[in-house]
Amino acid sequence: MAGVAVSTTINGDNVEYLCQPDETLLDVLRDRLGLTGAKEGCGTGDCGACSIILDDRLVCSCLVLGAEAEGRRVETIEGMAHGDRLHPLQQKFLEHAALQCGVCTPGFLIAAKDLLAKNPDPTEEEIRFGLAGNLCRCTGYDKIVRAVQDAASVMKGA
Amino acid sequence: MRYIRPLSMEDAVGQLAGSPGTAAILAGGSDLLVRMKGGFVEPDLIVDIKAIDGLAEIRQTAEGFSIGAAVSCALMGESAALKREWPGVVEAAKLIGSKQVQGRCTIVGNLCNASPAADSVPALVAAGARALIVGPGGRRTVAVEAVPTGPGKTSLAKGEIIEAILLDRRGPHSGDAYLRFIPRTEMDIAVVSAGVNLTLDEQGVVKSARVALGAVAPTVLLVEEAAEALIGRKLDEAALERLAKVCSGACRPIDDKRGTVEFRRKVAGVLARRAATTAYARAGDK
Repeated sequence: MAGVAVSTTINGDNVEYLCQPDETLLDVLRDRLGLTGAKEGCGTGDCGACSIILDDRLVCSCLVLGAEAEGRRVETIEGMAHGDRLHPLQQKFLEHAALQCGVCTPGFLIAAKDLLAKNPDPTEEEIRFGLAGNLCRCTGYDKIVRAVQDAASVMKGA
Repeated sequence: MRYIRPLSMEDAVGQLAGSPGTAAILAGGSDLLVRMKGGFVEPDLIVDIKAIDGLAEIRQTAEGFSIGAAVSCALMGESAALKREWPGVVEAAKLIGSKQVQGRCTIVGNLCNASPAADSVPALVAAGARALIVGPGGRRTVAVEAVPTGPGKTSLAKGEIIEAILLDRRGPHSGDAYLRFIPRTEMDIAVVSAGVNLTLDEQGVVKSARVALGAVAPTVLLVEEAAEALIGRKLDEAALERLAKVCSGACRPIDDKRGTVEFRRKVAGVLARRAATTAYARAGDK
């Protein structure tokens, strides 16, 4: 199989890579670019652990081909903190113990960031609905919802 | 395997038609990539249609709406005009998958995946939507119900691509609605579903109706007898009873772990009745 040459933007940086035609963007991020924050849970778009933002849309990177990223804007968990300064969502996830094993956490953080970008003051129901594409088998979700609520109030005040 | 991203419909059709092996069309990928991952398909050629001019747009024309094949369901939900005119179609499209899937999935993909349980299809059939097909032989327009021919099978010929779904402009006193039954609250596949589309006269009498059922036969059913049960009436209790009975009788469901034949028959009637009530209320508000 001939490789596909791709030129894209990831977390604000111009990135070029070669990938196979059937290679997912998740595999490109993890295996070719060393961006291992996005996780593969199911690989079929059900668990949300591989969530990224592609041109302002929350998507599962396991359901995107690496070749499709040509000319587009990709945001991953690696772009969320500014140096040592955590994003308010990351800080609140820590404070509320909204994670245990951590495998779902990057996906939840990206999905929550997308949610708050589009709806800065969500109700609990809107948070639960907005994060329904992300599965967590540890926390029972309550702590995640509280962390997002707390982060939303901090971000509104900022 | 080759991946190509043509910039024109003509190029895409030519590449598909000229491909010696198996070819797959890629829009949102929420079905295709899952099937590739599972080893169910291994296309020799993937034709990504998202860069084709105009395909990612919802256009409002004098005739109505043209929803391009690369329009995500999320984008449909953001179109105030489409939601106002065809709320049932939009609510069906918005039920597909999670927010992550919504950002990618398309109604053309939902139609061409040809699942009997596809959420957007009963709503589109009820709406009288048409598929604009481009192929080596030119362009043709067919009713959406003519596209799926059985589970996973469509009437599309080699080289043909659905460019857009066409919805008519709405007259006054019209409304549509879609409902499905799932055992969870969200993120599931329909066990039974119903789409209803009504147009009323000034007095609130049903002038025209279309009723479609999903997940109760190999393809979505357009139940003409159910429409007849509503036409010429004001959606009184007798009309609703008759609608439910006809819909239950029209089902040809399977027994599986998600629902028995008996359950699907009963629920088809219940959902048709409820969807008709919502469509009627929406039609009355306009």
